Amino acid sequence: MPAFRWQVLLKPLVFSCALGPFIYLVLSLLTGQLGPNPIDSLTDQTGTLAIRLLLISLALTPLRWILKNTWPIRLRRMLGLFAFFYAMLHVSIYVGLDQQMDIGAIWEDLSERPYILAGTVAFLVLIPLAITSTRGMARRLGKRWLSLHRFVYIAGAAAVIHYVWLAKGDLIEPLVYLVVLLLLFSYRLVRIMRQ
Amino acid sequence: MRDWMKMAGIRSSDITDQRVFNRRRQLLQASVAAGVTGLIATPSLAQSADNGVALEGPIVKSPFSTDDELSSKETITTYNNFYELGTDKGDPAKYADRLKTEPWSVTVDGECANPGVYTLEDILKPEAIEERIYRMRCVEAWSMVIPWNGFSLGNLIKRMEPNSKAKYVAFETVVQDDLPGVQRNVLEWPYREGLRMDEAMHPLAMLSIGLYGEQLLGQNGAPLRLVVPWKYGYKSIKSVVRISFVEEQPETSWNLSAPKEYGFYSNVNPDRSHPRWSQSKERRLSGDTGGLAALFSSKTDTQFMNGYGEEVASLYAGMDLQEFH
Repeated sequence: MPAFRWQVLLKPLVFSCALGPFIYLVLSLLTGQLGPNPIDSLTDQTGTLAIRLLLISLALTPLRWILKNTWPIRLRRMLGLFAFFYAMLHVSIYVGLDQQMDIGAIWEDLSERPYILAGTVAFLVLIPLAITSTRGMARRLGKRWLSLHRFVYIAGAAAVIHYVWLAKGDLIEPLVYLVVLLLLFSYRLVRIMRQ
Repeated sequence: MRDWMKMAGIRSSDITDQRVFNRRRQLLQASVAAGVTGLIATPSLAQSADNGVALEGPIVKSPFSTDDELSSKETITTYNNFYELGTDKGDPAKYADRLKTEPWSVTVDGECANPGVYTLEDILKPEAIEERIYRMRCVEAWSMVIPWNGFSLGNLIKRMEPNSKAKYVAFETVVQDDLPGVQRNVLEWPYREGLRMDEAMHPLAMLSIGLYGEQLLGQNGAPLRLVVPWKYGYKSIKSVVRISFVEEQPETSWNLSAPKEYGFYSNVNPDRSHPRWSQSKERRLSGDTGGLAALFSSKTDTQFMNGYGEEVASLYAGMDLQEFH
C-alpha cells in the first residue's frame, strides 16, 4: 500500500484517540460514574492523561530516528497540544474547583508543597510552547523556535517530578514515567554525542 | 468498563433505579472507542454495596453521635483507602470479596491477665451494640459522616485486664497473601497501628462491626475494626487480628513509610500543616456526592480534633501538638 494512503488516516485516528478520554470523562461525570469525590477523580485523571501524552509526544522524535521516517513528527504538534489541553483542564480543576479560586490556599500550596511548585513549572513552560506551536510562529521565530521548544524537556521532567513527589505509598506508575523519561533523554543524548 | 458490568441486582433505597442504571451503562459502553483505553488510567468505577447483612439484636443510640449530615452508604462503601486491596479508591470495593472474614479471631497478648485467641463471637457476646454517628477525617483532606455500629474499645480492654506495664495498645490487620495490594508491598505488612492507653480507654474510641445497621463489608474493614474519630482516618485500623498491650510506643505503618509526614498521634489539627495537604480545610463528602453538583462543593474548615476537642483535649494537656503529631 502506498505510504500516503494510510497516513491520511493517521492524524484523524490519533486525534480521536487523544480526544476520546476527554469525552469519556465528560460522560462519566454526567452519569455519576466518577465516585463520591469527582473533583479528586477528575484532577487525577486529567493529570495522568497530560503526562502520558507529554511523554508520548517526547517519544516521537526518537521514533522518527528509529523508523527513519517522518510520520511521527507530523503527530508531534497535535499530541503536544493535547497534552497542554489536559494539563489546562488539570490546573483549572485544581484552581477553580478544588481550591475554589482561593488565592491564599493556592499560594500556601505553592510555597509549602514542592510537588505543586513542580507541577506549576511544568504547566507554565507548556504555555509558550502551545502558543508558538503553529507553523506561522515557527516561521517567524526561525532558529529561536527550536531553542524555545527544547524547553519541553523541562516540562517533561517537572511533570514527572510532580507526580513522583505526590505519589503516596504506591510509586509504581510515577516511577515508570521516570524511567520512560530517562530513556527518552538518554537516547537523545547518545545521538548528540555520536554526532 | 469491565467491573461495573458485574454489579449485581437491585440496590437499596436511595440508590439508582435499575432502568436508569442500565441506560447509563449502555451510554458508556457506546462511547468507549477502541484506541482510547490505552491513554486513560481507567478508574475503578464504583461498585455500590448490595444490601448487606443486617446486624442482629437491638442497636442502642449513643449520645456521642453527631447530627452532621450522614454520608450515603454508597459513598462510604465505594471510596476507601485499604491498600491491601489496592491503592485506587474504588479498589477495596472491587476486591472486597477476596478478603476472607470467616472464621475470624483476634489474638490478644502482651501485658495483660487474659491473653488468648478470641473468636469474634467471644468478643461480641457481652457487648451491647450502639449506633455512633462519627465524623471521619482522612489525612487527604476529605471527610465523611458514618453511622458506625459497635462498642467502646475500653470495654474489651477492661475484660483483658492490662497490667501496669501496659502503656500502649498495638493493633495489627490481617495479612492475606492473595490480596492484590499485599502482593505489591505498597506498605510494610501487616498494617500496624497503636494508641496510648488513655486514648484507647477513652469512651469515644470504639470497635466497630458494622455501619448503617449492617455488617461491615470488606472494604470498610470487615469484620472488626477500630474507629478513633478525633484522629486521621489511617489510625482507624481495619480488619483487626491482633491486639497487644505493650510498654513502648508501637510502630505504626504510615509512620514507618514516611516518618516526616505521619506521626504517632495523628490528631486532626488544622494548625499543623502536612507536606502534601493543607489541613486547614476539608472536602465533606456527605449526602450523595456522586452528581454534577459535587463539582462545586466548597471545602469546610477543619475543626481541631475533628470537632471532638472538648471530649479529648484533656488527653493532650501540656503536649506540644506540633512536635507530637
